[in-house]
Amino acid sequence: MESKAVPTVELNPIGLSLADYAGRPSTLCPGCGHNMVSNAIQAAVYEMGILPEKIIKMSGIGCSSKSPNYFLQRSFGFNSLHGRMPNLATGASFADTSVKVLGISGDGDSASIGLGHFKHVIRRNVPMVYIIENNGVYGLTKGQFSATTDLGLELKHQGVNVLPPLDLCMEAILSGASFVARAFAGDSKQMKEIFKAAFAHDGLAIVDVISPCVTFNNKDESLQSYTFGRQNVSPLQDIKFYLEHQREQILDFADGETREVDMPDGSVIVLKKTASDYDPTDRMAAFQMLAESYTERHFITGLIYIKRGTTTVHEHYDLVDEPLNRLSVERLRPSKAALDEINTRFG
Amino acid sequence: MSESNHSSQAQDMQVNDFVMTICTVNGSGSATANTTLFRALFSMGIPTSGKNIFPSNIKGMATWFVIRANAQGFTGRKLGDDIIVAVNPKSLAKDISYLHEGGVVFYADHLALPEDAPENLIYYPMPIKELMKGLDVPRNLRDYTENMLYVGIVSDVLGITKDALMAALNKHFAGKPAIAEANFKNVELAYDWAAANLEKKDVYPVEEMPPLNDYIMTDGNIAAGLGSLFGGMQFCSWYPITPSTSMVEAMIEWAPRLRKDPETGKMTCAIVQVEDELAAAGAAVGAGWAGLRSVASTSGPGISLMAETVGLAYFAETPIVLWDVQRVGPSTGLPTRTSQGDLAQIYHLSHGDTQYIIYMPGSVTECFDFGWRALDIADKYQTPVFVLSDLDLGMNYWMTKKFEYPNRPMDRGKLVWEEELEKFPEWGRYMDIDNDGIPYRTVPGNLSPRAAYFTRGTGHNEYGNYEEDPANWSKLITRIGKKFKNGIKDLPEPVIYRAKQDAAIGIIGWGSTEIALLETQHLLAEKGIHADFMRIRSLPSDTVTREFIASHQRNYVLELNRDGQLCNILKLEIEEYSQKLISISEIGGLPMSAEWATESIIAKEQEKYGK
Repeated sequence: MESKAVPTVELNPIGLSLADYAGRPSTLCPGCGHNMVSNAIQAAVYEMGILPEKIIKMSGIGCSSKSPNYFLQRSFGFNSLHGRMPNLATGASFADTSVKVLGISGDGDSASIGLGHFKHVIRRNVPMVYIIENNGVYGLTKGQFSATTDLGLELKHQGVNVLPPLDLCMEAILSGASFVARAFAGDSKQMKEIFKAAFAHDGLAIVDVISPCVTFNNKDESLQSYTFGRQNVSPLQDIKFYLEHQREQILDFADGETREVDMPDGSVIVLKKTASDYDPTDRMAAFQMLAESYTERHFITGLIYIKRGTTTVHEHYDLVDEPLNRLSVERLRPSKAALDEINTRFG
Repeated sequence: MSESNHSSQAQDMQVNDFVMTICTVNGSGSATANTTLFRALFSMGIPTSGKNIFPSNIKGMATWFVIRANAQGFTGRKLGDDIIVAVNPKSLAKDISYLHEGGVVFYADHLALPEDAPENLIYYPMPIKELMKGLDVPRNLRDYTENMLYVGIVSDVLGITKDALMAALNKHFAGKPAIAEANFKNVELAYDWAAANLEKKDVYPVEEMPPLNDYIMTDGNIAAGLGSLFGGMQFCSWYPITPSTSMVEAMIEWAPRLRKDPETGKMTCAIVQVEDELAAAGAAVGAGWAGLRSVASTSGPGISLMAETVGLAYFAETPIVLWDVQRVGPSTGLPTRTSQGDLAQIYHLSHGDTQYIIYMPGSVTECFDFGWRALDIADKYQTPVFVLSDLDLGMNYWMTKKFEYPNRPMDRGKLVWEEELEKFPEWGRYMDIDNDGIPYRTVPGNLSPRAAYFTRGTGHNEYGNYEEDPANWSKLITRIGKKFKNGIKDLPEPVIYRAKQDAAIGIIGWGSTEIALLETQHLLAEKGIHADFMRIRSLPSDTVTREFIASHQRNYVLELNRDGQLCNILKLEIEEYSQKLISISEIGGLPMSAEWATESIIAKEQEKYGK
């Protein structure tokens, strides 16, 4: 009997296939960096074995914010308001803290209209993965400058950008972020590892993904173009993420000089030294490195800053351990005796 | 003074009926003294209110605390003063000018009375500085203690008993009897001095009345905070703003006592201060979307900032409760004064086709009641629900009916979890399965593979997927509108106070002006004008409102805003009787007075109908 080739579907630790993490077909432009981001998110979550139902996707408005529709269809999503994603994520995060919050935003969303919320959600330390799909341009409104557009960039209808860009990684560290990374949509492998590390982090994790807009901002000299990225990318380190049960594989990777960052769930981030000997636990070094990378036009990627053991917003409220949104109504209403006491006191 | 004059004065004794204003400086620690006075009156069974008329300032400016005692229970604002307690030299001359003939001035005797101080007033000097010499008071408590001394003197002259003062202090310093006792000693010192040295010459005696057992004394913001906690509120996000801040502060104070889970000792709600009202609205909507009973509390300027987010919640069909404790706008306006000026903005807040359920509490006890009911309605109709309070109701002390325990179980509406969801052969988040406009709702954490959906502020079909089809949009926005028509039956009906005789005219009001309008009804009746009074407690308007309007020849709608916002809404909603609606409105920042309302109605009656 001839054996028939059965297509093998690889299953992750919880028995799901990559297809279980898929979304609806993307309506973004072919070649859009955001599609690479969607794929990397999907792959990262799949490999980590997180149940899609245990993730909520929160986004603002813009091309980036549309993208949560194109991955993790089995996760709840909320495509909310321009720049206000951090607000909705804050509230939603309280409902069931076993559900991971994934925020998707863009440079218009987080660096312009919502910069205040961006900084405050970091300051609050809402435990979430906060990805900025940063293309330095407004795409949905067809090509206007954003707050991360490079100084001097020329666009068809806009002329020359006369204002310097904001660096969201710098803003994040300044605001007290405990996990800050930058990725390049043209490097899916590194991006996926960074996303996994971000999901394993127990505070708010910022990932600024330089994600080219092929339609409006992909000139070779543009900071956010594929060409500039490929020619100038200089990773701070070679990064790899290992789940707890994969720890024995670390040795295969750790052939050079490495740093290891132990994560709360038993996983570990391994950072292999590249040309520079960068220490991602040194906050001041991070500022200096980011400042220099702009003046020197180095496209740095990798883990920029990490601090373990910060207090998340939920910890300030001493809430019940089970999901707040599943509490029975009986446990939410104080007793009649309590009201009688109030009436007596006010009488 | 002739014999006849004397007797007529005796007949004019105004027992348990006066307006007393304590004229002081803000930041001088007079709150305890003032609350002691009105609590003492309340504990003697005398209907009383206490209104703080304060500047938008922290220290050093004139501030007034107005106590109205009225045996009939009319404790709304009244024009002019019968008694003043004058301790602020800067405002003294002006403060005196508000007194009626025969009015009373209690003045700190180190203040120079104005040279032209009217002779037809009664003056009681208070040797505050002299009495202080006998007391050993630390410097930081001197102002505070001086205030407690006027409490003693005023109480003796008016006839407020020492027992009542002690009872008031024990309430104020609940659980701290030593502090209450120490304060009482200072009050008593002044009380005894007054008994020995002052002869009562005024016409404002206080006499004990039957105890007010069914009543409590508190403010609307505390009531609103407690109502929310008894309503099972799980999440509140907020940003400080006068005059709503004290509602959240009440929740912060009471939540550890009321909302610790008896099983685990851990909290069942979180109250989160955020960076602005945009974030406050956003976090509340995020929490509501994720299945938490969610509240945001603010005032007019905050509502303006929240508009975009509330519109999203309307369209995404997310339950939240928003409290607007109104102050005077537009813009920063008068931040420490009261108004009913936000109704028009709120009813259709945000762009596009919107409409909201609005609760309009008219008493402190209703702030408690609507606090929990609004959470049920928001869950049931999956929509933002507004509660419109105001500064007068929220921040001033009112005698109010005891809070009543919720008379029905909490209603989470059509919120379904895994097991229930499995029973639907087909389910979409926005599918009108029951044909009542209200779809079934799932929330994050639901592990059924069918539960998740993509919420968006863009056009969507029954499954939440993006849709631009005109027919779909029309169907969707019409269905959402249908919820509000269906919802009216669940909202509180108007309260109607009938005249003693058949009445051709109706008075319509809403919110905190009820007390003034009840007095207006009484004053009009004394002049032979009989009017029924209806207080509207919610919008959209209902058939009771329609029938009330229809059944009167004309209806005066009285409000604290410039353009008659409720009147305009009623004219649109009850178009066929719009000619029967006449707006009387005014805004200056102070609570409505019955004198103004009465005169305005009479003027309209004479001008239009020659009555």
